Amino acid sequence: MARTLSAPVTVAFDYTRSTGPVLGRFLTGLRDGVVVGARTSSGTVVVPPPEYDPVTHEQTTDFVEVSSVGTVTSWSWVPEPVKGQPLDRPFAFALVTLDGADTPMLHAVDVDSATDMSTGMRVQVRWAADRVGAMTDIEAFVPLREDPPAAASTVGTEEATPITGVITPVSLDYVYAASPEESAFYRGLAEGRIVGQRCPACRKVYVPPRSACPSDGQPTSEEVELSHEGTVTTFCVVNVPFLGQKITPPYVSAYVLLDGADIAFLHLILDIPADEVRMGMRVKAVWKPEDEWGTTIENISHFSPTGDPDADYETYKNHL
Amino acid sequence: MAKQPAAVIGIGQTHHRAKREDVSMAGLCREAMDRALADAGMTLDEIDAIVVGKAPDLFEGVMMPELFLAEALGAAGKPLLRVHTAGSVGGSTAIVASSLVQAGVHKKVLTVAYEKQSESNAMWALSVPIPFNMPVHAGAGGYFAPHVRSYIRRAGAPNHIGAIVAAKDRNNALKNPYAHLHNEGTTVESVMASQMLWDPIRYDETCPSSDGACALVIASEDVAAASPNPAWIHGTVMRSEATSGAERDQVNPQASRDAAAALWKQAGITNPIDEIDMAEIYVPFSWFEPMWLESLGFAEPGDGWRLTESGATALDGRIPVNCSGGVLSSNPIGASGMLRFGEAALQVRGLAGEHQVDGARRALGHAYGGGSQFFAMWVVGSEKPGS
Amino acid sequence: MRDVAVVGFAQRQMKEFDGSPTCVELLVPLFAECYEQTGWTRKDVGFWCSGSSDYLAGRSFSFVQAVDAIGVTPPVNESHVEMDLAWAMYEAWIKIQTGEVDTALVYAFGKSSAGVLRRTLALQLEPYTMTPLWPDTVSLAGLQARAGIDAVLWDETAMAEVVNRSLGDAEKNEYAVRKGGSSVEELLARPMYADPLRKHDCAPVTDGAAAIVLAAGDRARDVRDKPAWISGLAHSVDPMSMGTRDLTRSPSAAAAAAGASVGGVEVAELHAPFSHQELVLRRELGLADDVAINPSGGPLSGNPMFSAGGIRIGEAARKIWSGEATRTLGHATSGPALQQNLVCTMEGRA
Repeated sequence: MARTLSAPVTVAFDYTRSTGPVLGRFLTGLRDGVVVGARTSSGTVVVPPPEYDPVTHEQTTDFVEVSSVGTVTSWSWVPEPVKGQPLDRPFAFALVTLDGADTPMLHAVDVDSATDMSTGMRVQVRWAADRVGAMTDIEAFVPLREDPPAAASTVGTEEATPITGVITPVSLDYVYAASPEESAFYRGLAEGRIVGQRCPACRKVYVPPRSACPSDGQPTSEEVELSHEGTVTTFCVVNVPFLGQKITPPYVSAYVLLDGADIAFLHLILDIPADEVRMGMRVKAVWKPEDEWGTTIENISHFSPTGDPDADYETYKNHL
Repeated sequence: MAKQPAAVIGIGQTHHRAKREDVSMAGLCREAMDRALADAGMTLDEIDAIVVGKAPDLFEGVMMPELFLAEALGAAGKPLLRVHTAGSVGGSTAIVASSLVQAGVHKKVLTVAYEKQSESNAMWALSVPIPFNMPVHAGAGGYFAPHVRSYIRRAGAPNHIGAIVAAKDRNNALKNPYAHLHNEGTTVESVMASQMLWDPIRYDETCPSSDGACALVIASEDVAAASPNPAWIHGTVMRSEATSGAERDQVNPQASRDAAAALWKQAGITNPIDEIDMAEIYVPFSWFEPMWLESLGFAEPGDGWRLTESGATALDGRIPVNCSGGVLSSNPIGASGMLRFGEAALQVRGLAGEHQVDGARRALGHAYGGGSQFFAMWVVGSEKPGS
Repeated sequence: MRDVAVVGFAQRQMKEFDGSPTCVELLVPLFAECYEQTGWTRKDVGFWCSGSSDYLAGRSFSFVQAVDAIGVTPPVNESHVEMDLAWAMYEAWIKIQTGEVDTALVYAFGKSSAGVLRRTLALQLEPYTMTPLWPDTVSLAGLQARAGIDAVLWDETAMAEVVNRSLGDAEKNEYAVRKGGSSVEELLARPMYADPLRKHDCAPVTDGAAAIVLAAGDRARDVRDKPAWISGLAHSVDPMSMGTRDLTRSPSAAAAAAGASVGGVEVAELHAPFSHQELVLRRELGLADDVAINPSGGPLSGNPMFSAGGIRIGEAARKIWSGEATRTLGHATSGPALQQNLVCTMEGRA
């Protein structure tokens, strides 16, 4: 058995980027099948255009259309492409100086093998069929053919508006691991137990246990099995829906201080109208059916009022 | 060894909006930077070092964005630092920038903090579910609402105090051309009537989500001598504690109390309410005004709400708080702390325009972050410290 | 300027850390080692500063929980940079220079293996025209390596010599995750991976953490007989664009070296995650042929993200403590193709 529990997590969002005038001009060009660079104060034509001049620091304004044919000035073979790259089979990343430009741009070159690549080789843009005003409007570069490169399809008038924004999907896959102490807690939950740990220095009982007691910097160690009943110290009623939310609002998110623990943890309160939940309310864990249990705190479906009298404020005021 | 004197001689900020679709990230930063440089009468080439601050990278989906921004910010060929201390980051960044001058290492430091929240969704970025955990998290509002409830219970505060703060700050924002929200006619009643989002926090008691940036030029004593109105730095402090320690006081955290005590001592202040002329305090949810008033020592524990209720924190009150409209009126998260620090400096320079406090000579800039465990504060004054 | 020295250093490097991305459980023993080296407790530390990355961990505020490892009752004077340990150390050095504190403990951590590192780092690029292509770290380094090969500034043999020396030296480094001397011929006989790079030209994906202790004046002398006194500390950054930079050069590395006065160093620990980058750095830093490079094995033997740069400073400091050298340097880099660089020179004093 691994020391720790782990599970996959995907962090994904389609970012909505506003481009500003300079990058907007470049991306508008790509949509229209034209590569646009800019002349800097020192006279060099740079692609993509820098937003601000490297010398004067003024915003770039002198745009220049360059060729879609150019020369490879450096390249690197990609034997195992990763998700999101321009091609899903081996290809080259290359720096390509387009005719009319003085500096190279970074993009992919679509060839079958590294032996087809060389510094100095001539390449041309292969445009995407549907262009939206993004770097991926250039699918890749390909070796220059004898016949002149196919012109990009012309732009309809309905597309004449300049690009001011671009959507950039970002999706990263991770494996999240719980700490060894948390893993012990989650494994306990899989057995229907709530296991905290006591800090060897300050003697406080933490649930979940901690790799370092925040007061002393020492790992909690001595296991303490906790009651399934506790006190609501404080709470809020979540009425607001948001992206990625797992529970349908409105719901009560409450700090529950289990009997025997020295720290409250967040959970859900149900079986009572939200406006009747109180600070000091006594609650008990309601577990899901055992066949649905895993190594997660979601084994506890929610907390429910015990019906006992509320705890005295003095008993939990140091936990606010 | 004493710190070298340092002063703010240039302040710039963007027009904060929900979506600044007219600018890129670089354009947003440069809008604030160019204003700060113009204020300081300086060019980018004269700057020795640049310090960038920003909240989590997930907000814009760029890892360490200062690297791609380096050239646009004029940092190429210079030292470039990137600070990230949660919501306090704007304040921490200004403190790191000042320390470069106070250490005697640089004479002219430019610092910029920004957030372009419209590139994603902060609620999403702050609530990415963690495996095995209960998915009850609901962004910053969901985090702070239970602690606001604790404050109300502990202080015995009436329910409408938060609405007083919100109405005051929203009306102050009408005097600030850079503020994001310009909600005419906000009253205590209209705030109380707004939707309950994270009970006990109402819609009008929460900060907006903004795109924006703030920049400061911080200079050494000899450079500041040429400035007609430097804001001298009288004290800076940063303090941190744990997010979730057993029996941690989440309403009035020890790190906040410790930070305030250290700050007042540095600045030679014994009675803050009498010796500080105005304060820009990080109040993303209205109730944090009375909470921080107590923690900072402007009021006794339990009495912060009374100070607010009395009108003392209004623009013409005894201790005006958030004359700019505060975080409740503009919240580009990474920049929000620096805006507090910058607005405090504007006040002691006499440059706050319509929201100027008459004769402000010493002001507090304050920021906090995370789950109220990170604090950054400074005191600025119109006179050189010790003079 | 105040005299400030590196007086403590601890590290962990491993292929795959079996623990949480906040690395709290890695940091606790590191801090214990620092206390043992210095004879301090946490209350002797005047300032704390950490370096880490949310995108490495895959969640916002990943550094927040790491603060627990300190034990923060009472609260501490603390900061964080979204940068390598070396820059966290720079912030702490500045803090000591202001006179506000006399001591600092800086740390950094990163679980590179939580995601696909070479893909995660594509998020570090210009987000409008670069990241949408997801250029991976290895490819960008390959473009730089070929630029030097084409310009006849180095060749595959010179790169293999760097690797051979590094992996040989790494045999003496208990933390190295890749080690084992071979020969230049044998290395060159291995297959190309990302032409022009072979796998051994690229630093291994490494998890880990590290901590460095700084102290001023007498506080440093109290800790060690031979503190590693910081004689120069400087950093600089270049534009990111791969098109407008001369990839065979690193002006920011040269600027950092000039700022930190590298003359006379006997040992240089260089943060070169790709073999050819050591060749770029030796030129930019102006290191003579008799300077010992990366006696620890260097980043080609282990490159824990966000601590590997600081580890170079720690390794260079150890040479002063032991008396093996009287003047050393540690170098750190960040960003694609040596975009940002820091140099710290240290010396022993009689």
